[in-house]
Amino acid sequence: MPKPSALSGRLYQTVASTKFWRGVVATVVFIALWEIVSRVGISRVPAPSAVVLTFGDLMADPSYWFSWYLSMRRVFLGFFAAMLVGIPLGLAMAVSKAFYGTVFPVFEVLRPIPPLAWVPAAIIFWPTQELSIMFVTFLGAFYAVVINVIDGARAIDVRYYQAARSMGSSGWDIFRRIILPGTVPSIVVGATVGIGIAWAVVVAAEMISGGGSAGSMGGAGGGLGFFIWNSYVGGSYTQIVVGMISIGIAGYISSALLRKLGELATPWLREQ
Amino acid sequence: MAGARVGHGGRKVNRAPLPTHDRPSAAAKAPVSPSPARHKGEIRIVNVVKIYGSETASIRAVDNCTFDVPAGKITVVVGPSGCGKTTLLNAIAGFHSITSGTIYLDDALLCGPGRPSAAPGPDRIVVFQNGALFPWKTIIENVAFGPMMQGRLSKKQAFEKGRAMLAEAGLRDLESNYPGEISSGMRRRVEITRALMNDPKVLLLDEPYRALDSLTKSVMHEALLETFDRNQVTIFFITHDLEEAIFLGHRVVIMTTRPCRPKKILTVDIPHPRDYSVLTTKRFREYLDETIAAVHEEALKAFAAGERER
Amino acid sequence: MLAAGEINASLSDAPAGRSADGTDRVRRVKVAAYRLRQWLGSPRPYLMLLGFGLFFAFWYLTVEVWKLPRFSQMPGPTTVISEWLSPDPTYGLSIYSPEYYQHIWVSWRRVSIAFLLATATGVPLGLFLGWSLRFKEYVFPVFELLRPIPPLAWVPLAIIMFQGSETPIVFLTFLASFYATTLNTMLGVESIDVSFVRAAYCLGARRRQVFWHVIVPGAMPFIFTGLQISVGVAWFSLVAGEMVSGQYGLGYLINTSYTMVQYPTMVIGMITLGVVGYATSAAVRIFGNYLMQWRARELAMGGEK
Repeated sequence: MPKPSALSGRLYQTVASTKFWRGVVATVVFIALWEIVSRVGISRVPAPSAVVLTFGDLMADPSYWFSWYLSMRRVFLGFFAAMLVGIPLGLAMAVSKAFYGTVFPVFEVLRPIPPLAWVPAAIIFWPTQELSIMFVTFLGAFYAVVINVIDGARAIDVRYYQAARSMGSSGWDIFRRIILPGTVPSIVVGATVGIGIAWAVVVAAEMISGGGSAGSMGGAGGGLGFFIWNSYVGGSYTQIVVGMISIGIAGYISSALLRKLGELATPWLREQ
Repeated sequence: MAGARVGHGGRKVNRAPLPTHDRPSAAAKAPVSPSPARHKGEIRIVNVVKIYGSETASIRAVDNCTFDVPAGKITVVVGPSGCGKTTLLNAIAGFHSITSGTIYLDDALLCGPGRPSAAPGPDRIVVFQNGALFPWKTIIENVAFGPMMQGRLSKKQAFEKGRAMLAEAGLRDLESNYPGEISSGMRRRVEITRALMNDPKVLLLDEPYRALDSLTKSVMHEALLETFDRNQVTIFFITHDLEEAIFLGHRVVIMTTRPCRPKKILTVDIPHPRDYSVLTTKRFREYLDETIAAVHEEALKAFAAGERER
Repeated sequence: MLAAGEINASLSDAPAGRSADGTDRVRRVKVAAYRLRQWLGSPRPYLMLLGFGLFFAFWYLTVEVWKLPRFSQMPGPTTVISEWLSPDPTYGLSIYSPEYYQHIWVSWRRVSIAFLLATATGVPLGLFLGWSLRFKEYVFPVFELLRPIPPLAWVPLAIIMFQGSETPIVFLTFLASFYATTLNTMLGVESIDVSFVRAAYCLGARRRQVFWHVIVPGAMPFIFTGLQISVGVAWFSLVAGEMVSGQYGLGYLINTSYTMVQYPTMVIGMITLGVVGYATSAAVRIFGNYLMQWRARELAMGGEK
């Protein structure tokens, strides 16, 4: 028999393991219970069967995909801004004690204010609703990125500095070759956490601000958060669940994408 | 001497119900060749093989390893890094299974055909490389842990016995401290005391002094020997430090590089009790030369095979 | 040179273990006073003042002095502070008005209920997930399946499922908190050095004893870190829930003052939220330090290996 390729080999291993089947069993049981609860009518929860049907219908609806696009755009733009501002800020704080002493207390005081509490202020401040939603996602990811960058830079083994110094590196060289690469794993962690928070934030921001400028399109416009809210207001409960699942999938894909990118950026961490 | 030590023959071997496998039963006893000392902690390793991994990528850590660990003596195992010494210790302790072969403890089957893995128990207590004193318990609570968990002593009795044994080891003042507050040398000694509280047959030491500086180490050695002289428990000791091995051991087993098996067994004929003046005697240097030569050969092989220091 | 038998006796050069409680307390106060003096002598407190000063200056200048276009509608720091402290506030809310405290109380109560429920369910669940592999294999996949759905996406469903206006909000907050707690607890159990577990078995402990004497105390530091995160997440979700539905509460306050164009009140709400959120986090941390004396002392010694 020909040797199986690596991918099908791994697939085989997954399918053949008890761990996989236990997970499957549990998921099936969960869905079954859900179906029963919805049929019995204890609470007005939509049934999984109905949800699947609605999902099928929606997949053909372009405005559904447009809300995906809107939400993703808001998340990623806010996220990139957070990285753009957060990484240099974090590095500056890690490198300079004076800078840290000045900036960090203010940072720590602002951090407990949930990003969502900023939504109204953001709407007042920014000219468009899109920007205000992006500002809020930016905030969500920003804190996570900065904290992780600082932690990461601090954790770099001091011996690397000593080794570089003894080999004659300048300050800038050390920054470029030791601090920067040494912090990359933490940046990746901060990014993954940050984008998760950004998704959580975008959903609520969309609900609160009524979907942004595209909200007037009605139907499934205005982002996935607005889609869920609108479905609730319009009484189509199955659509609510579809929206929730969609967000879950979107969030998962984003995190997985980032994790993959992170792995590519840190080849030295790969296990033998 | 710490009061509660009951005599050997009359002692009720009360092992708590072991977590996974059944206890080595009396029925599994092989025909006995009576050993000269009392049956207390003699280990016989017979043809043990240990293979890690799956069919595609396997590592043979131990291969047809056979040697004896005599009762009531200190046996030191040395060898190049990663050669499988810790695997053997883990098999005796019950943390790993063996692929084939047999290990006997006092002529009772510990692990072997039909029972690939022993169960950990208070007859073979391990002292770990990085220390495993529970950081969330005080010293006295740590020390009293064993007998209390096994239900052999009440809390009051266990604390009393603990205090007595700590006093013997010169550690009595530390009893209300937490392990995080005392030095690593003291922590090691407390850990050994904790083990001895349970009257184990065998003490398994996995490079316990590796992380200590050499000054502390030499003091630890003498403390260990003193404790040993009092307790006469079998000690199975793994180390890299050849001087430590010869200084402490009655027997030194030199292992080959992976897969490990005994390359040479040295009987160190320097009488106990020993103190550090022994280190400069001619006899000692001779043993050391012999050991270095043997280990060096194996170390070169390991180096060539690209072993990485753990 | 010491004779062989005297080594152990001579080694009792233990640190002054634990003296009588009185002197211990005095010592701690002295150490704290010393540390305070050190802190005041370092540049740190002054940099902190500088940082806050710059922040307020920026806010003040952009809004009240230069009146930059974008900032025109924002309330400046003087407006906010004078409103906050005034016995007769323009928009009806200051430290003198009882409603202020009502809002704080309502929010705080919701968070506390949700957080306590989440801890009571999440910690045991996390402990079991970390301890029993089989349990984890069954339960974790379902857990992970639901996790990517942000707590806030549950808002409408929660409103449908539960009666009344309080329960959905508390449920939401509970959910977010629950996930954070469970995950961190599980991770905590899995991070426990296996040597501790092995040592316990060696010493004759049974499975259940290992669980109570090794796993639970060993996971405590991680559990408390998780609880701090969980409190933060709870506030996060609570605010969202309050902004979308419900009456009273700081989130509701912020939203309504925005719709009613009472911007200074809005900012007061935001700042109060930050302060209360920080205080609850700190409370959890302090409680944790108290419970885990061993850890506090270990860290104080510099965590010597």
